[in-house]
Amino acid sequence: MSALSAPTLAQMQRGQVALVVRITGDNRLKLRLAEMGFVRGAEVRVEQAAPFGNPRIYTIRGYRISLRNEEAEQILVAVPEEG
Amino acid sequence: MATTPKALTIAIAGNPNCGKTTLFNHLTGARQRVGNFSGVTVTRKEGVVHHKGWKLTFVDLPGTYSLSSQTPDELVCREYIHNERPDIILNVLDAGNLERNLFLTTQLIEMDVPRVYVFNMIDEAQAKGIQIDTARFAELLDGPVVETVGRVGKGLDQLLDAIVGRCESGCVQRHIAIPLESHLRDAVEQIHAGVLEQLGAHEPNHRWLAIKLLEGDKVIIKQLSAHAKLLAQAKLLRDELESTYDEEIGILLADARYGFIFGLIRETVGEVHRHEGPRASVTDTIDALLLNRVLGLPILLGLLWLMFQGTFTLGAYPMEWIDAGVGALGDWLQATLTPGLVRDLVIEGVLGGLGGIVIFLPNILLLFLFIAFFETTGYLARAAFLVDRLMHGIGLHGKAFIPLLMGFGCNVPAIMATRTIENPRDRLVTILINPFMSCSARLPVYVLIAGIFFADMAGTVVFLMHLIGVLVSMGAALLLKRTLFQGEADAFVLELPPYRLPTLRSLMLHMWERAVQFLKKMGGIILVGSILIWFLQAFPRDVQLDTDYAAAIAQVEAQVSEPAQRDAQVAELERQRDADLQQARYLGRLGQAVQPVFEPLGFDWRATIALLTGFVAKEVVVSTFGVLYRVGGEVDEEDASLRAAMSGAMSPLVAFAFMVYTLLYMPCLATIAAIRRETLSWGWTFFSMGFSLGIAWVLAFLVIKVGGWLL
Repeated sequence: MSALSAPTLAQMQRGQVALVVRITGDNRLKLRLAEMGFVRGAEVRVEQAAPFGNPRIYTIRGYRISLRNEEAEQILVAVPEEG
Repeated sequence: MATTPKALTIAIAGNPNCGKTTLFNHLTGARQRVGNFSGVTVTRKEGVVHHKGWKLTFVDLPGTYSLSSQTPDELVCREYIHNERPDIILNVLDAGNLERNLFLTTQLIEMDVPRVYVFNMIDEAQAKGIQIDTARFAELLDGPVVETVGRVGKGLDQLLDAIVGRCESGCVQRHIAIPLESHLRDAVEQIHAGVLEQLGAHEPNHRWLAIKLLEGDKVIIKQLSAHAKLLAQAKLLRDELESTYDEEIGILLADARYGFIFGLIRETVGEVHRHEGPRASVTDTIDALLLNRVLGLPILLGLLWLMFQGTFTLGAYPMEWIDAGVGALGDWLQATLTPGLVRDLVIEGVLGGLGGIVIFLPNILLLFLFIAFFETTGYLARAAFLVDRLMHGIGLHGKAFIPLLMGFGCNVPAIMATRTIENPRDRLVTILINPFMSCSARLPVYVLIAGIFFADMAGTVVFLMHLIGVLVSMGAALLLKRTLFQGEADAFVLELPPYRLPTLRSLMLHMWERAVQFLKKMGGIILVGSILIWFLQAFPRDVQLDTDYAAAIAQVEAQVSEPAQRDAQVAELERQRDADLQQARYLGRLGQAVQPVFEPLGFDWRATIALLTGFVAKEVVVSTFGVLYRVGGEVDEEDASLRAAMSGAMSPLVAFAFMVYTLLYMPCLATIAAIRRETLSWGWTFFSMGFSLGIAWVLAFLVIKVGGWLL
């Protein structure tokens, strides 16, 4: 249940760093994201957004990837403690 | 030596953007064989290199992030390795982005083919401050490691040595298992035992099959459908595990793979690099400008404008030379061959058809040169990122933007460029709507007709035609997405690689490859089509004309004594004769037979025949009008006598409808050849023809109706 109330990657602001908790939704996309490195515990940083605020760019495992906000919404994250 | 027993097949596998193709090009140079993997439009490239008495055949597999069966590329890779068992897999890794690149490696490991690892772009990694303990890596993953810089060809000799050395030492591969949690491992072991029992130990990839069965891979399940017991066992274990972990097996395995990679990197690199070095900050700086929320789109438009401007201004020179060359060849043939059918066939059918295509070659090459530049620098991915929101509105992916835009130049390379779209459904939609983008060959038709009927606002009308083309292609995309291609649009999971400067050599190779593909693939169909149209225009030979032109000409020659006047009258009679002949030949009869279809649109039989010939290439419409309106000689869209002759023949409204029809009807022969090649289906090719003919008729009809009501 706790996973359901977790914030999603889409809610994170530019420059914020979050840890992947879980991916919800469609299997195909889920697997693709996992293959690209979005597995539990992976660190993601939010970079810039496209002209209409969607899609956005993220840094994960030292490379850049762009996701639509609809897709980022399926990625549940945790915000690590400061320090 | 004719045959050598020392021959090896080496499959090159790696992620997109890891520099795999550049490396392949450097290894094999222009000695490549380009084809398709059987049954799919995934490009297959092979090249042979001789090294220390060995014949090494390299096969460049498509770049993929994984070996799951989600995309055609992934499936091709996997089936190639599984079925054809190359002697060695050359796993190319982007040394500066090892973590994600190693994911594919963890899957390659399971296929138990001897491996050689390449840390490519090692210079970028070193600039980032990454030091890799290659000896330790080689030991852990059981295979030699070679560091290369593919861009400049550094490390290639060591690479060839390593491949040969790998096989001289016996080509055996130690099995390496990704550590799994105990429940998962037990399940794999159980299925593995089942596979061995039911398929036998001679099945080369027994362990890999066991993992795939546990994952529930649909392709493998289908292949093993005869082994119901095995499938049932796998399903039982899968369901059990998935409910225990409340997660899919695929995700659990991905977790385990990244766990393995984490350990591997800690042992060989020291720390897992999360932070980016100076190279990334160059990319940051460029992106701050090129992806700026306000400036990003205008800059993209500016670059595209430069691309088209460059393509057409630079392309104009070689086009002139080709035109002159083809003309000279035609004249020479005209003078050399004996007059008759064969000469007509060679000059009008073969040379006319091929010449009409070759003339676009410079444009196509330049367009591809620009695209290759955008692609290899990393800008193409950014362009897709910038326009994705807009494209998503019509149900397409950001990547569909570039092929659509290229359609303004020529639909043939545009359709070839749809290969960058992974999802086959989206790719098909992008191919089907592409012919509605008004290509440059339609311009002469607009210039001619708008010049006659809308002289005061010809520019606006030409612009309007392009706009209608864009709107129709958007509407068609929406329509197709709502009907035949229902379902979610593809996800936008797109890597944005760091900016890199390609070498001239790699750009040239890229362009050369396209040129060869273009000529080879289009040549055959176009030749057949041109000959067919020529035949329809030239036969039947002996037609009975109402007027006896030979007698009329003889009469003029006998009676008119003043030479200039006599020649003019003879020429006029010859033109009339040619036009009458045109009407009497098969194509003319066909035009008259189908003309009733165009009656509601107000097109007469001449317009109908012009449209029929425009099927070869749309600009032919103009020269056909030239013949039919008895103007004679070489005709282009600026020709004053043709304009005068045509001005009375249609109302402006019909002329507008005719332009709309020309814009939308039937892709030209070369485009049809491209559609056939890229879809590998005559069904979709005919669909495309029928679809566009239907839309063209309906819209032209609407123009007539709405226009008639307004005016």
